[in-house]
Parts: sequence; C-alpha cells; structure tokens
Amino acid sequence: MSADPAADSAVGRADSRALDRATHRAASAAAGPAAGSSLADAGAQSSSPVLDIRDLSIVYRTPAGDVRAVDHVNLALGAGEVVGLAGESGSGKSTLAYGATRLLRAPALVTNGSVIYRGRRVSRPADVLKMRPDELRRLRWREIAIVFQSAMNALNPVLNVRNQLLDAIHAHLKMPRDEARERAASLLDLVGIPRSRLRSYPHELSGGMRQRVMIAMALSADPEIIIMDEPTTALDVVVQRDILAQIVELKDQLGFSILFITHDLSLLLELADRIAVMYAGQFVEIATSDEVHRESAHPYTKGLLNSFPSLRGPRRELVGIPGSPPDLGHPPPGCPFVPRCGYARPGCEDVDMRLLPVATSRDPDHVTACPFVLPDTPAPPAPPVTSGSPAGELGT
Amino acid sequence: MTVAPVISTELSAVNTEAARPGWWRRMPTKAKAGVVLFGVFVLTAIIGPLVTPYDPSYENPSPGASMNAPSGAHLLGTTQSGQDVLSQLLVGIRLTLELGIIVGLVATALAVIVGVTAAFLGGFWDELLSLVTNVFLVIPALPLLIVLLGYFPNRGEAPTIVVLALLGWPWGARVIRAQTLAIRNRDFVAASRETGETNVRIIAFEIVPNEVSLIAASFVNTVLYAIGASVALAFIGVADLNSWSLGTMLYWAQSQQALQLGAWWWFVPPGLAVALMGTALVLLNTGIDELGNPRLRDASSASRIAGRWLKPADPTPVLSEISLRRTGFAGFLHSFSRSSLLDNAEAGEGR
Amino acid sequence: MSFIIRRLVFYVVAAWVALTINFIIPRLVPGNAVESIMSKFPNLQPAAYRAIEAMLGVGHPGSIWHQYWAYLVDVAHLNFGTSSSEYPAQVSTLLAEALPWTIVLVGTATVIAFLVGTALGIVAGWRHGGGLDRVLPGLMFLQAIPYFFFALILLELFAVKLHVFPLGQGYGEGLIPGWHWDFISSAVYHSLLPALTIVLTSIAGWMLQMRNVMITTIGEDYVVAAQAKGLANRRVVFTYAARNAILPQLQGFGLAIGFVVSGALVMEIVFSYPGIGLLLVNAVTSNDYALTQGIFLVITFTVLLANLIVDFIIVFVDPRARAREATR
Repeated sequence: MSADPAADSAVGRADSRALDRATHRAASAAAGPAAGSSLADAGAQSSSPVLDIRDLSIVYRTPAGDVRAVDHVNLALGAGEVVGLAGESGSGKSTLAYGATRLLRAPALVTNGSVIYRGRRVSRPADVLKMRPDELRRLRWREIAIVFQSAMNALNPVLNVRNQLLDAIHAHLKMPRDEARERAASLLDLVGIPRSRLRSYPHELSGGMRQRVMIAMALSADPEIIIMDEPTTALDVVVQRDILAQIVELKDQLGFSILFITHDLSLLLELADRIAVMYAGQFVEIATSDEVHRESAHPYTKGLLNSFPSLRGPRRELVGIPGSPPDLGHPPPGCPFVPRCGYARPGCEDVDMRLLPVATSRDPDHVTACPFVLPDTPAPPAPPVTSGSPAGELGT
Repeated sequence: MTVAPVISTELSAVNTEAARPGWWRRMPTKAKAGVVLFGVFVLTAIIGPLVTPYDPSYENPSPGASMNAPSGAHLLGTTQSGQDVLSQLLVGIRLTLELGIIVGLVATALAVIVGVTAAFLGGFWDELLSLVTNVFLVIPALPLLIVLLGYFPNRGEAPTIVVLALLGWPWGARVIRAQTLAIRNRDFVAASRETGETNVRIIAFEIVPNEVSLIAASFVNTVLYAIGASVALAFIGVADLNSWSLGTMLYWAQSQQALQLGAWWWFVPPGLAVALMGTALVLLNTGIDELGNPRLRDASSASRIAGRWLKPADPTPVLSEISLRRTGFAGFLHSFSRSSLLDNAEAGEGR
Repeated sequence: MSFIIRRLVFYVVAAWVALTINFIIPRLVPGNAVESIMSKFPNLQPAAYRAIEAMLGVGHPGSIWHQYWAYLVDVAHLNFGTSSSEYPAQVSTLLAEALPWTIVLVGTATVIAFLVGTALGIVAGWRHGGGLDRVLPGLMFLQAIPYFFFALILLELFAVKLHVFPLGQGYGEGLIPGWHWDFISSAVYHSLLPALTIVLTSIAGWMLQMRNVMITTIGEDYVVAAQAKGLANRRVVFTYAARNAILPQLQGFGLAIGFVVSGALVMEIVFSYPGIGLLLVNAVTSNDYALTQGIFLVITFTVLLANLIVDFIIVFVDPRARAREATR
C-alpha cells in the first residue's frame, strides 16, 4: 500500500514503476512468471497453465451475419501469474474473458476451440465449454472470479454489502452462519474497508470503496484465477494506484493468477508479468512486460506505446494511431491493422496472423503476428494519413 | 383502456432507426401485425361511411324488423328500433378513430411542449410543470372527465376532444421530460451550446429528433387512452347520444337490454372493434418499443441459435454442444456422466 | 423519511387541486347553473331546488372566498350535500353504502391480478424467447379489451347461456344485508363474475409490463455478476433480478390505479353491482351534480390513498428511495 500518494505522483510514473518492480520481484522470489508464489506446488503442478485457451473463436450472430469478435486465439495463464490483456475498445478482450467463462449472452456464440481449466482443486483438466450448468456454477467464483469494470453497476442496488458477500460465500463454501459472517468481515479487512460498511448499500459507498468491495467479493471463495475487467478505469489516478498496489499484495499473499484486461498499456507495464496485445479479435503480440517495454515487435504495440506521454524525458509530439478498427462483420483479408499501420506493404493481405517467435527477444516465448517488422525495424517517417476513410476498405 | 398502457421504462437509446432503409423488413412481426391491423381500421374509417348499406339512424318502425339476428339483409342484425348494426359500426369506427387520433395529436403536441420545456428550463419552472403534470396524472381521469363534461350544455365531439386532450398530455409529458433531461446532459448538446446554437435550434434539431421513437410511442398510447376513455364515457352516457360512435352503440345496447334479450350482434361487434383497435395500437407500441430498446429486440430475435431456444440468462452457447443436441433423454443421461467439474479434455491435449 | 413527507405533501396538493376543480367547475358554467338544471327537470320538488342552490352556492351571501372556505369545511366534515336524484338522501350516506362494495371487489381483484400477473411476468421474462412468449399477442388482445365489454361477454357466456353465475346485482333477491352467512355467501357468489372480469383483463397488462422490465433488468451488469458468482438460478431470478424489477413495476401500479378504478367502475354498471360505479351512472343520467361531485372526490381520495400506500411499499423495498430526493 502506498503510504503517500502525493509523494508518489511527485516522483513520477517512470521512477515508481522501477520501484514497484523491485519490490514485486523481491516479493515473488523465484524465477519467471510460471512459478507461483510459495503457496503453489501443492500437487504435481509443473508449468501446465491454470487456464489454457486454445483456438477460441466467438461470434455475435446477428440477422445481418456473424460478427467475429474473437478469432482463433490462444492464451495460457500460469499459476500465480499476472497476464495483461491490452487493446482498444472493441478489440474483443472483454468478449474473450467473458466468453471463456460462458457469461456472454445471446447473440454471442462460441464457434470453435476449448478452454481447459487445471486448478489445484480439480482432479482432471476440464473444458469450460463442455460443462453442464451445474458444473459451471461450481467453477464460477470458486475457481474463476471476476472483478467487473463498473462496481456501481455490478453490485445489486437493493442488497447491502454483507448480504452480497454472504451470497458468494454460501454458494460455494459450506460453513455455519456465524463463520460465514466472520469471513465476510475479514474479507473487508483484507481490502482495507472498515467493518461498519457491512451494512451499507452500494449507493452509499464511494467509487474506490465499491471497487474494493468487488475485489473482496472476488476473493470470498478463494479462487484460483481472478479476471479483472478494467477495474480501475473509472477511478481517479490516486485511488487507482492504491487499489492496484492492494491487488498485487493480495496476489502475493494468496497466490491466485490474474487476467488483467485494460486499454491502458502503461498500467500493464507496471503490473503484469506477461502482456497479450489484442486487435480486431486476434492477438498481435504476446511477451513479458519487460520485453514489451524494452523492444516491442508488432506495429500496433509500438503505436500504443507511443500514444501516451511519459512524465520525464524530452517533450515530443504525441503520436496516436489514426483511423479506426475494422468492421468485424466483414473482416478484411490478412492483417486487420493494415489501414492504420505505418509499416504496411504489399504482402500484408496474405498474412495469416499466426503468432511467430521473435528471435531477437530476451523472452524466449515472445511472439508476434507481423512477419515483416522486428523490434529494431526503424520507424516509418510519419504515420500515414488515411484520408479519413474507415478501415476495412483495403482490398474489399 | 383497462390498464395504464405498457411502455418500457427504459429510456430509449439515441437512434434514428426508422430512417434506415429496410426498416420494414427488420420490424419485428408483432409490430408489422399492428401496422396492418391498424391500417385495416384506418381504411374502414375512410371508406366505411361511404358504403353503409343503410342510413344508420333510419329506424324501421315495423315490429318485425326489431332485434333481428344477422341475416342476408342485415349482415350484423338490427337494433331495438330496427336500425342496421353494420352501418352503425362503419360510421362508428370512423368517429371513434377520428376522435382518438385528433386527441392523440393535440395531447402529444402538448406533452412534447411541456416535457421539453420543463426539462430544458429546469429549476423553478421544471418543478412547477412537473407538479402540474404529476397532479393530473394521479387524479383518476374518468371521474374527472365526467365532472368536466357533465357541465357542458352539449356533450358533443368538440368538448369531448378538448376535455380528453386536457387530461391526456401528462403521461407523455412525464416520459418526454425524463428523456430530455437525459439527453440534455449529453455531450453533444453541450457541444452545440458551445458553438452558439440558440436554445430553440438545439431543441428542434438536436433533442427532438433523438426522441422520435419516444414521441411516436407516446402518441400511440394517447390514442389508446382517448379511444378507451371516449368509449367508456359514452357507455356511461356522458356523450352526444345521437351520434354513432362505438361507445354510444354500446350505450344503447346496454340500455335496451340487448344482453338480457340475447341480441349479441348489437354489442359484440362494436366492443370487438374497440378491442381490436386497442390491440393494434399495443402491437404498434411494442414494435416501437423494441425499435428504441435494443435489449428487447436483440433478445427476441437472437434467442434462437442453431435451432435452439435459449433463455437470456443461459450460459454462452457453444456451437459444438448445441449440435450435439443434448436435450431431452440424451441430456438426462448426460447429466449422470461421471465427473465433478470435469469432462474429458480430449480436445485439449493433442492440438 | 423525507421521501415520504414529500410524497404526502404532493398528495395533499393533488387533493386540494381536485377539491378546487370541483368547486370551480359549476361556477364556470355560462348562465345560471340553477336555471339550466331546473329547465331540465321541471318536476323536482322545491326542496330539491333549494338543495341544488345550496350546492352551487347560489344565493349565499359573501364573497367567493367565503363560499370556498365553507365548501372546504363541509368537505372536511364529509358533508357533500344533498342528492337531487335520491332526494332527500345525503350524498355521504349514499357513498357510505356503495363504497364498501366497490373497495372490496375492486381492491381484492386488482391485488390478486397484480400479484399473479407479476409472478407470471417474472417467469415470462426469465424464460424470454421460450414457450410463454407465444401467448403474448393473445395477452395484448386481452389487455386491450375494455373491462365493461369483457364483462358483457362473460355475462353472456356464463350467466345467460350457461347459467353458472347470476345475472348481476350484489346479492340475491330478498336477502337483507347483514353479517350472516346467507348474505355473505350470496354476496361472494355474486362478486365472482365481476372479480373474474377484472382479474382476467388486467392480469395481461401486469404480466406484459413485468416481463418487459425483467428483460431489461436481466441485461443489467449486476445480474451477470450474480451469475458469475455462481449463485443458484433461483437466487439470481428473485433476489437479484426480480427484486430490482419490482420497483418500476410498483411505480407502474401506482400510476395505473386510477385507470383500474375507472375501468372497474364502468364495469359495475354492466353487472348492476351496488357499488360506486352504479351510483355514478345514475347520478350522471339524472344530472345529480352533488352526487357526481361527491363521487369524484371520494374516488380521487381513495386513489390518492392507494398511491400513498404504494409509495410506502416502495420505500420499504428500495433502499435508494429512502436516501434520495424524490424527483418523480
């Protein structure tokens, strides 16, 4: 927990990032992202991922046709690991996360793939997509919990905090009432909320407090994985820092994995062990956060990194990524990023978006979808002005 | 009518759906049925009075012509005084529909003016207008209508229209005010204000166009209310009993003991006409509702995937599972398959 | 608490508006109101004329404010004047006789219809897209039927053709009202068909409305979150979805009370049921202004009271209402 928010912001983002990383590394001791914290390795837990998403495709079936929100993606989440899922709005990151837990509503439809779960409590790996409703109910929250984006909307307006916590507890853990109540209270302690708030209703809490309640609720059944969907987007920077620090601390303490979804890549550079960058329903780059920060490979990632200013260093012109994402109902052939890519060239429409290893990277698992651009490829002179025409026009 | 008209309480999304081409095709079946049904009545209203087989007021004095069941000469039978029911019905449909639509137009116009003004001006004026709106909403309409109309020397069409319109605007005003408040705080309105557009222009070009579906729904509801109220008033006897509206037909049928004498052909047709007109309007409203509230629409059109009905809160469907058709007996058996959480991950390993 | 107080003030204002309208309207009629009435009824006794004059405030000394004040005092004492059609009966007496019939019939039937309709609506909303949806167009038709017309149909079917139910009236011929079994059973028997009418027509409306609200509510984030928490379906449906959806439904009920009461009144005419409705139509046909106005006031006050009760229930169910300023 940061003791002095004011001091932190004065120091500046770059410095505090280094600070955090040092403490982070020190706390998690062992090497690499795949090893859990000290609580892991109860069973024969090698480096098999806790959540293994293979070749997953999700569409929205509309009368006008299928919209391909997620297109044959692969992602593995290790025990105790923090994987960041980055991308702009509409990239499919939320669809991926909610679809993998089967929380999407019609007209969403999973058309392909598997989502294998290998938690410590289950005897055999299980495919979430094949589960019966009662199995799903046991999977949810106890194994995979979710912290939603807008706590105000995700909390039941007519129930008080204690009842909502108890709901989650009673649904998954068998314990007598008073024990459950004590657990609910201690969960609030864990996130730093006074116990008196147990009787409060959601509308009586501040934004930061509500988000902490969401986190407490996510922890209530002691899950293996927590999916966090832009948990701090709606909060101001100071509260954001507090909550993120708290999340890291809890993760180190309790040993769960985190799938952190956000559009804010800078956040992930601090927080995540690995980062998966998503565009138009597909992954374009996956690497450790160190590597992404040092030498990203995909043009889109480079563009994202250039889009936010740093507090230190020379002033430079803000470079965004002109244009807009393609129409997922009629995806263009090849790489979907072409219309907005400064490195675009004739071969791009034939790219099959397979993720290829980056040879020059320090991360052995660093992959990218762009076969032409390497981390050290020089930047193009200026971003292309795509004459205001929306993407999806090229080649179609 | 019977219950306060059904309308979704969800503020409609900003949309100009109806302007896009293909809106007829994309309209849900219910709404199409409503449009067609309503169209039938409008058509009847227009040409009906011109094709009546008899003069509706013509009383046939001969005793044998009274209270006849439907026959070749009188397709819907005759009344107590030998009048032709069909002719009365045709004229009645026009009168009732005419009255309903006029009241609908006037009351909706009032509702828009009051609602938008209240939301836009805010502060004291908003409080005042809201108070007036709510007071007239909560005071029961029919008794008040009776009191108001009761003192008019003649209870003909004009006073009825005036009085119905006077009591018909509050409902729409309330809904429109709520929507305008929501829109007013949106960024694009603030942007217009920044660029210096006058309030009137903002209202006319930014706000109202975004409320079209809401105003249309309000209009339909008001017509519904007007028809129901006018029929009820006439049935009680608070109307010009010499004109032939559907309500007065019912009044005469009731007062001449049509029920006890078994003359169903006298009161069933006008009542049925009222009910069908009402149904058409409610269907229309559902269509407008679904147009403006995507959730209602998406849910209805998309809850069928790969041939299976899915409840909205079901887990995300998986294509391969659906085609496996784990329903019925197969599903029952499947529920016993040996696993606590688990199904064989055959697909998982070898990829 | 402040919510209830604000609502109370509002209802008092509404009642006052109703009273004032009642007071002003007869005095706005062009020409001498008394004379116009007398011309319609040349055969009334002189005492009746005096009653009408008293009601209309003709011949009273004092300014209009005096009359207004006297009028308000009268109403406070439940003195609504003398009926001209049932002279010399007092309006308040006639009201007191008719009101219980209406309240018991309409009140019970409406509450039953609301509860059953809402329950069906919860199911229909939760199972949206399934079998229950096929009934929808039929329900819409049912909802659009005027109460009194449906009453006519039911009467024709069950009373005239099938002789299952009585043809009307509140109780059997020759029975004397009182708290004994004969009378009560007869009264209940006679109220079945009217109650059935109300329940059948209005249930559709409540069901449709609740269904729509449920569908919208199910799309809310907290319902998705509840499912993500792995809660049992029953809990999600009732404690998360329905408990929130019931709030706009209750508000709709409050708004609809006026409509329901109006519709039921007209329906009473068909059954010759000895309630306020029948009293009203008699008053209207005989131009008994005192009675008409008295009925209007009583109906209005009843509806306002019912609205207040609904507001109480809403405050009880919704924690936010207790906190926020009611900006209805």
